Amino acid sequence: MDKVTPRIVLAAALLALLALVPVASVLLGQSFYVTLFTRIMIFALAAMGLNLILGYGGLVSFGHAMYVGIGAYAVGILTFHGVGSGWAHLAAALAVGGGVALVVGAICLRTSGMAFIMITLAFAQMVFFLGVSLRDYGGDDGLQIPNRSDFGLFSLANGTVLYYATFALLVGVLFLTHRIVHSRFGMVLRGCKSNERRMKALGFPTLRYKLAAYVISALVCVLAGVLLGNLTRFVAPAYMAWTVSGELIVMIVLGGLGTLFGPIVGAAALLLLEEVLSSFKTGIAAVDQLLSQHWLALIGLFIVLVVLVLKQGLWGRLVAREESRR
Amino acid sequence: MTTGLLLTQLLNGLQLGVLLFLLSAGLTLVFGIMNFVNLSHGSLYMMGAYFAAAGFNAFGGSFLAAALIAVPGTMLLGVLVERIALSTLYTRDHLDQVLATFGLILFFNEVVRFIWGPASVYMNVPKALSGTVDLFGLAYPSYRFAIIVVGLLVGVALYAIIHRTRVGMLIRAGASNPDMVSALGVNIKGLNLTVFALGAGLAGLAGLMAGPIVSVQAGMGEPILILTLVVIVTGGIGSIRGAFYGALIVGVVDTMGRALLPTLLREFLERSVAQAVGPAIASMLIYLLMAAVLAWRPQGLFPVKHG
Repeated sequence: MDKVTPRIVLAAALLALLALVPVASVLLGQSFYVTLFTRIMIFALAAMGLNLILGYGGLVSFGHAMYVGIGAYAVGILTFHGVGSGWAHLAAALAVGGGVALVVGAICLRTSGMAFIMITLAFAQMVFFLGVSLRDYGGDDGLQIPNRSDFGLFSLANGTVLYYATFALLVGVLFLTHRIVHSRFGMVLRGCKSNERRMKALGFPTLRYKLAAYVISALVCVLAGVLLGNLTRFVAPAYMAWTVSGELIVMIVLGGLGTLFGPIVGAAALLLLEEVLSSFKTGIAAVDQLLSQHWLALIGLFIVLVVLVLKQGLWGRLVAREESRR
Repeated sequence: MTTGLLLTQLLNGLQLGVLLFLLSAGLTLVFGIMNFVNLSHGSLYMMGAYFAAAGFNAFGGSFLAAALIAVPGTMLLGVLVERIALSTLYTRDHLDQVLATFGLILFFNEVVRFIWGPASVYMNVPKALSGTVDLFGLAYPSYRFAIIVVGLLVGVALYAIIHRTRVGMLIRAGASNPDMVSALGVNIKGLNLTVFALGAGLAGLAGLMAGPIVSVQAGMGEPILILTLVVIVTGGIGSIRGAFYGALIVGVVDTMGRALLPTLLREFLERSVAQAVGPAIASMLIYLLMAAVLAWRPQGLFPVKHG
């Protein structure tokens, strides 16, 4: 086991703070915070899934939003047909998502570098247009989800239950990622990132390892999608827009590529920044109006700056600092 | 379905194809030479269309003015963006390039919303080209026909530049071994900038020509950017020839698929099923094509031959 470093203490403290958000929101009388932080944790979950192949495997998938969409659509479509059981939602989402990931991954992983980025983007667009053409399920306008998933023992209808379910999954996936990354499988995956040819020469069937990692990362995103559908009670092709895939990558890079806790920090930082920017008041009416309409321009510049200046990411800086001290 | 309609759709497909070619030629050159993924290429196209519309409306509907503002304007913008933000990214990995140019897309979309407002901007086709041309008894809009002609001319010109001039030779050399080219005393930075400016100019030209037939609005660059990416991946990254054939294939397959597939499916399937499935498959067709090509030839249809 690793030594308890300030970084681990900080991570634990941040998780503890996350666990206390519903309590704080009751005390402050602001139920809005529960929704906001559920959203943050859902995107953190998706970003952690993507980080497994992007950060540790060096595979830049620009299409992971489609798995989020598949998860959300599984909830939407089953609820539309009167199936309210959360277990059914989960099973359908994971089965469909896993199947799609297996096929898409097998095709995409034949390519590498820029072609991989683009073919993953193209597949996501394909699923996006499939969503748009599902006229029975709302097409472009999306589909309302009247009831949240009911898991028998507990129902996500209650916002606090949904919050803690998301939190539990977040911690679970965090632990799972830790175990995967430090296992033999994770070593092979990281080996492929630094030198795939050598891994092949050592006799590892690298394609199989990468495909397995791709499917696992897709399934984590599917889980996030199931939760997202439940949170918003709505699903639309916009969930699978290529900009969402881009935002997931931004979250990872902002937090720290290939770090365990980075995606969580990145997701929180980006979504909070969006929240603050879109409702920020300077007191000058003209500036406020400009900001409330065009805050995305600032986000765009912010992303460019993060790439140019903050290479290691917020959390990645801490990791690098500790490693340089060792 | 009559032959005339079929021919019209084929020409529409060609017209989309040459527009895609203008965009993918620039993108594939930038990638081939600088190993740089430029997602903001679609934004340059959008800016080209906006510049054209602005010039068109400012000078009382002169298409010439629109052209004179759009193409050099986009080129200049491309050079500025390259110098300020992108040139520092050439040595970074693809992930950083994708992210930074993704940020630029968001930025440019908001900039045009700020300057020109959220509603679409309109421009008309030039008066001389507002009629139709007679192609083997088929009346086809002259403007769309002109787009095809211009696109093909640009294709020929690019071929001549790249294969018959000294700059073209340097570009080809830079694509296969940039270190060696710079060791031989060629100003590789200048070469990069030239290629980027050329690509931006072509994107501006595409924006200018698309201006009158699409709605000029924020975000218009993204759907076509993704088609462009499909083109260069299908055709083979870095290859102008691949971009040319890839663009024509994607343009024709997409247009014909949307026009024909729903009717075709009705022959085999029940009407209700065909109506639901037809448009879905039609919009997925080019992605299926790309997946099939990559599964068969991961390097694309016309990969660049090195050495």
